Amino acid sequence: MNGPQDLGGQMGFGPVAPEVDEPIFHGYWEKRALGVTLAAGAMGAWNIDETRNARESLHPAEYYSSSYYAIWIKALEVLLRRHGFVSDEELQEGRALVAGATPKRILKGAEVAAVLARGGPCDREVSSEPRYRAGQRVRARNMHPQGHTRLPRYVRGHVGTVEAVRGGFVLPDTNAHGLGENPEWVYTVVFDGRDLWGDDGDPTLTVSVDAWENYLEPA
Amino acid sequence: MSKNDDHHHHDNELDPMAARVKALETILTEKGLIDPAAIDAILETYETRVGPRNGAHVVARAWSDPGFAEWLRTDATAAIASLGYTGRQGEHMQAVFNSPERHNLVVCTLCSCYPWSVLGLPPVWYKAPAYRSRAVIDPRGVLAEFGVELAADREIRVWDSTAELRYLVVPERPAGTEGWDRERLAGLVTRDSMIGTGLAKTPEAA
Repeated sequence: MNGPQDLGGQMGFGPVAPEVDEPIFHGYWEKRALGVTLAAGAMGAWNIDETRNARESLHPAEYYSSSYYAIWIKALEVLLRRHGFVSDEELQEGRALVAGATPKRILKGAEVAAVLARGGPCDREVSSEPRYRAGQRVRARNMHPQGHTRLPRYVRGHVGTVEAVRGGFVLPDTNAHGLGENPEWVYTVVFDGRDLWGDDGDPTLTVSVDAWENYLEPA
Repeated sequence: MSKNDDHHHHDNELDPMAARVKALETILTEKGLIDPAAIDAILETYETRVGPRNGAHVVARAWSDPGFAEWLRTDATAAIASLGYTGRQGEHMQAVFNSPERHNLVVCTLCSCYPWSVLGLPPVWYKAPAYRSRAVIDPRGVLAEFGVELAADREIRVWDSTAELRYLVVPERPAGTEGWDRERLAGLVTRDSMIGTGLAKTPEAA
């Protein structure tokens, strides 16, 4: 979706402000936000693509005025409500009131190290042969789906070169919406900076994205 | 206004969020959906075990072992796993090597994808709109804000991490480090140099 998350090439956000000796967390609540988000995700009710879609579906004004962990928490509340684990009334009152949905699993302290070390690999077998090969010219499709996608707006409609075929991966566009993993080949596609940004673009710049097969068409 | 001299980072108000997170954690704990011990273990992992030192060891090994460097180039996930660094947000790794001709820079314009298993949790600036919007259109301007000036003819390759591949930049090995052991070399490798917003430290600066 063309949501507030799709930031590549937007202007007006000012300079990057790196912080000297930045701490891992800027407050106790940020720690808890990370821990609660990962622990709730381990219930197995939603996947990473649905999580990303929940974050990008926040109203743009809310997204842009929220710090990153605030975005996480606001989206987590959406996911917990959507899947029946908490109610609006509970969120307002700050305490448990109703039984709610039953999770697939509950992450226990002793399991954390193994679960984090395992991660969530999302490479999958794809039965077809890759449609494109390294060196081929391809166009990123001009598409504006209302649902989740991982094709950034700034490359849509532009022609680039396939640099590598990376393997088969779960398709976020369907996986985010409970429509299955539908794995596709993923390609690294390189775009010339001036193709993307015009004659004023940096002549030494190339930008690559990793694109699922159906994000691309022959050029 | 400087963001650094008053310890005021460019995130927004904290107190309402602190209350909101506490409420959410309370509800989930009361319902038995989350285990407080799991949260403690998650935080302990990312506060003490997983961070840029992991990536620095990968880079130092690549600098000092051509066979490992080649493995890292062709199968970064396996090469990095051989050093014990695996897991969440590092499931599918790619290593990209800086050279005299090319400088690499990593961004996730769509969210905050970042190789947690080798760099730990991302800094605020990596997740913030200023970096995500500008890294792909004005990388030299971004680099200047990090104090990095590249030669005008140095190619810049920006890797937008739009899928599940996570990128690790291997910076160039600084001159004057011949004969250094890996632990000493790792001391020259900064987090930013492995994102591409910095360079490895010189021996004089170390």
